[in-house]
Amino acid sequence: MIRFLLLFSRQGKLRLQKWFTPLTDREKKKVIRDMTMLVLPRPPRSSNFVQWRDLKIVYKRYASLYFCAGLEQHDNELLALEVLHRYVELLDKYFGNVCELDIIFNFEKAYFILDEFLMGGEILETSKLAVGATMEEADTLQETMEEYMSKPAY
Amino acid sequence: MPAPIRLRELIRTIRTARTQAEEREMIQKECAAIRSSFREEDNTYRCRNVAKLLYMHMLGYPAHFGQLECLKLIASQKFTDKRIGYLGAMLLLDERQDVHLLMTNCIKNDLNHSTQYVQGLALCTLGCMGSSEMCRDLAGEVEKLLKTSNSYLRKKAALCAVHVIRKVPELMEMFLPATKNLLSEKNHGVLHTSVVLLTEMCERSPDMLAHFRKLVPQLVRILKNLIMSGYSPEHDVSGISDPFLQVRILRLLRILGKSDDDSSEAMNDILAQVATNTETSKNVGNAILYETVLTIMDIKSESGLRVLAINILGRFLLNNDKNIRYVALTSLLKTVQTDHNAVQRHRSTIVDCLKDLDVSIKRRAMELSFALVNGNNIRGMMKELLYFLDSCDPEFKADCASGVFLAAEKYAPSKRWHIDTIMRVLTTAGSYVRDDSVPNLIQLITNSVEMHAYTVQRLYKALLDDISQQPLVQVASWCIGEYGDLLVSGQCEEEEPIQVTEDEVLDVLEGLLVSNLSTPVTRGYALTAIMKLSTRFSSVNRIKKVVSIYGSSIDVELQQRAVEYNALFKKYDHMRPALLERMPIMEKTATNGPTEIVQTNGETEPSVVESKHPPPVTQPTNQANDLLDLLGGNDVVPVIQTTMPTKPASAGGELLDLLGDLSLSGIPPMTAYNKNGLKIDFTFERANPNPNIAVITIHASNSTEADMTDFVFQAAVPKTFQLQLLSPSSNVVPALNQGTVTQVIRVLNPQKQQLRMRIKLTYTLKGSAVQDLAEVNNFPPQSWQ
Repeated sequence: MIRFLLLFSRQGKLRLQKWFTPLTDREKKKVIRDMTMLVLPRPPRSSNFVQWRDLKIVYKRYASLYFCAGLEQHDNELLALEVLHRYVELLDKYFGNVCELDIIFNFEKAYFILDEFLMGGEILETSKLAVGATMEEADTLQETMEEYMSKPAY
Repeated sequence: MPAPIRLRELIRTIRTARTQAEEREMIQKECAAIRSSFREEDNTYRCRNVAKLLYMHMLGYPAHFGQLECLKLIASQKFTDKRIGYLGAMLLLDERQDVHLLMTNCIKNDLNHSTQYVQGLALCTLGCMGSSEMCRDLAGEVEKLLKTSNSYLRKKAALCAVHVIRKVPELMEMFLPATKNLLSEKNHGVLHTSVVLLTEMCERSPDMLAHFRKLVPQLVRILKNLIMSGYSPEHDVSGISDPFLQVRILRLLRILGKSDDDSSEAMNDILAQVATNTETSKNVGNAILYETVLTIMDIKSESGLRVLAINILGRFLLNNDKNIRYVALTSLLKTVQTDHNAVQRHRSTIVDCLKDLDVSIKRRAMELSFALVNGNNIRGMMKELLYFLDSCDPEFKADCASGVFLAAEKYAPSKRWHIDTIMRVLTTAGSYVRDDSVPNLIQLITNSVEMHAYTVQRLYKALLDDISQQPLVQVASWCIGEYGDLLVSGQCEEEEPIQVTEDEVLDVLEGLLVSNLSTPVTRGYALTAIMKLSTRFSSVNRIKKVVSIYGSSIDVELQQRAVEYNALFKKYDHMRPALLERMPIMEKTATNGPTEIVQTNGETEPSVVESKHPPPVTQPTNQANDLLDLLGGNDVVPVIQTTMPTKPASAGGELLDLLGDLSLSGIPPMTAYNKNGLKIDFTFERANPNPNIAVITIHASNSTEADMTDFVFQAAVPKTFQLQLLSPSSNVVPALNQGTVTQVIRVLNPQKQQLRMRIKLTYTLKGSAVQDLAEVNNFPPQSWQ
């Protein structure tokens, strides 16, 4: 299973954190710090896999954002790269040419999309269309017209 | 009271902050506003406020005061509220807070909600962060939803069930009926999550595994359909249909086929098909191939299939993509034990990977290279590995050096080659070798009798070049001390002997003593070496002078040595030749773990030069000293952890349990220590019910005329053991064997390793304090097996 998924910028600012195992706030902060220190200094042409403690770390950079996942020993790293890529595709479809600002200003939507794709550290839905359809339908349940039109709801 | 500012407004504002302090100020202000809004129980804007709080939480600011608000949102009727509420719960709450249990009822209601998206929220939250209590309470609801025909809910229920099983394994049974027709689903989401659920159950229970073996044909069919089916826009990834599902099925097949001939046979064909037909131009195809290879290697596949798998890995090694090379090296490392010959065929490619620029790949290649070294390829491999050692990053040097030493020890074609290799390591990576390699090397050199002259000559020349690498300097000093006579007499046969005078040698050794580069330990080695040369060289006066100078050294170690050596010159000169005589061949006690150099000539040493033990032993002793000193005081503190340096057992196997029989009664007692009238006996029994704990009772008795007061017994054991010392019966050991002091030691020995112990005794006898350290090695085998 995936233990955690982190998105952070090139300056190390956290944009999204999803934890699939219970950790204290302190432990989470430590992991985030370790990940940024592990991933950010790596030269551009390195492999996308690093061993860290007992986990395999898989990361990929998309424009200004690093997507970083921690896997268990028996997980398939090459497939994890596909998982990260699929998530980016889902975000891209939803936001239309997604960029880091979209994720900053609509972080809650990024979480909702993630929750339709992964659950408990495992893949929930393998079809892009299905996730997209679910998000659209769920958005219609938002209570006001304003919210539905994805104008700032809050 | 104006409406709280919108979320995106807040985000925009915070992003304009130019300094950390400015940001903090904004956040504090907003938090205060949010707090008062919460206090007013404002329903309309609660959602907005919690969303803002979550943003600030992501920036790293505390948000715990929003936890209860999340619960209120979850309980609301509005979907928007629930969405944010559940998100907040997943981000701010976890099973450590009691608050999370309050969610249980809400989740239960929402699991039965009329809107599937609300049910989905509840399932998601439960499946991501549900605690064991929550899982126990709600497992029934999850099981119900697992049987629904709504595929959206079914897939979520399946992964939720996986989480429940992970948290509360005993509940696994209750999900069994619902799994009956999971695989007949057409919906890929349900199929995928079902395979995950089945995998989880099979991994956890051998009974489930046996039960689900009958699904192999169905799984094979599904996989076949995926491969053979035409283009499906919904599931296509670069021309491959639903790779995620394919990989998951392959993984489940791996678990089902392991150690089962029939299942393995049933999947042979499909595995061959996947292995040969999968498109390898993109990463996704290679991901599937990778999983296929892992499955082939793990089940009872026929040999043709295994060779196919290893060849795929070989092809991976030549791939331009670094990730694929990395993955290949990792897999080969796993298979090198079982399919050694097949992997050997790719040895040259693997060795080439040592030169890769990528750090992760280099490390894997290094590990794999060491695994491939054998008697036939040792010379060639060592050349490559030494070259690697020369040029690699410091983070690799220690591991590489250790690996080289191990490999050299196992497969050295000749003693000279062995010593040359060691010399090469010491000169190129000398400061990175582990501390315990110094005694190992000294032992090796001592035992290669015919190479002494060659060795000391090479080490001397190395010292002339560079005295900064401490392990090299230590080994060299020791050798010069031992074999200095061979050095000056120019006896070397292996290579051109060099002309060296006694004075030149002493110059070098004295240089070590004064150099800033030398550590205290190295200085100790140098001084002892100089002393030893007093029986091998003729310039005794010079040596006497050096030794007396250090009698007033600030360094206590050096001072003590110098003072004792002085005493040797002055009062015990007649003993000097015997004491400083050539070292005998040393016997190794274990190849793993701290090397204890055991003297086999049984010479007893007079108590005056007690501390003039062979230098190699002082290093571990000093460290044990440090530990024991930390215990301090007269109170015996239960010793839980000890830190005697231990190398983790690698290929191991030496510590074989030859006796096998675990008879618990009648472990013979032994005498652990007997000196200066103090005798300590150990008696043994096994603790029930844990057979890994040995209970040792020490009995201390005193045969001198006076009582030993303030008696303290302390013990230290290697890292793999745990030790607990209970209170002694008394602090006074009565004179003339009139009574004994007893104390109980409990030793936990889970790895069943040979029991060894260092003990420290302190007591006062006739007004003067006595302190002694000893090794206890003569434990009867039954006490630790």
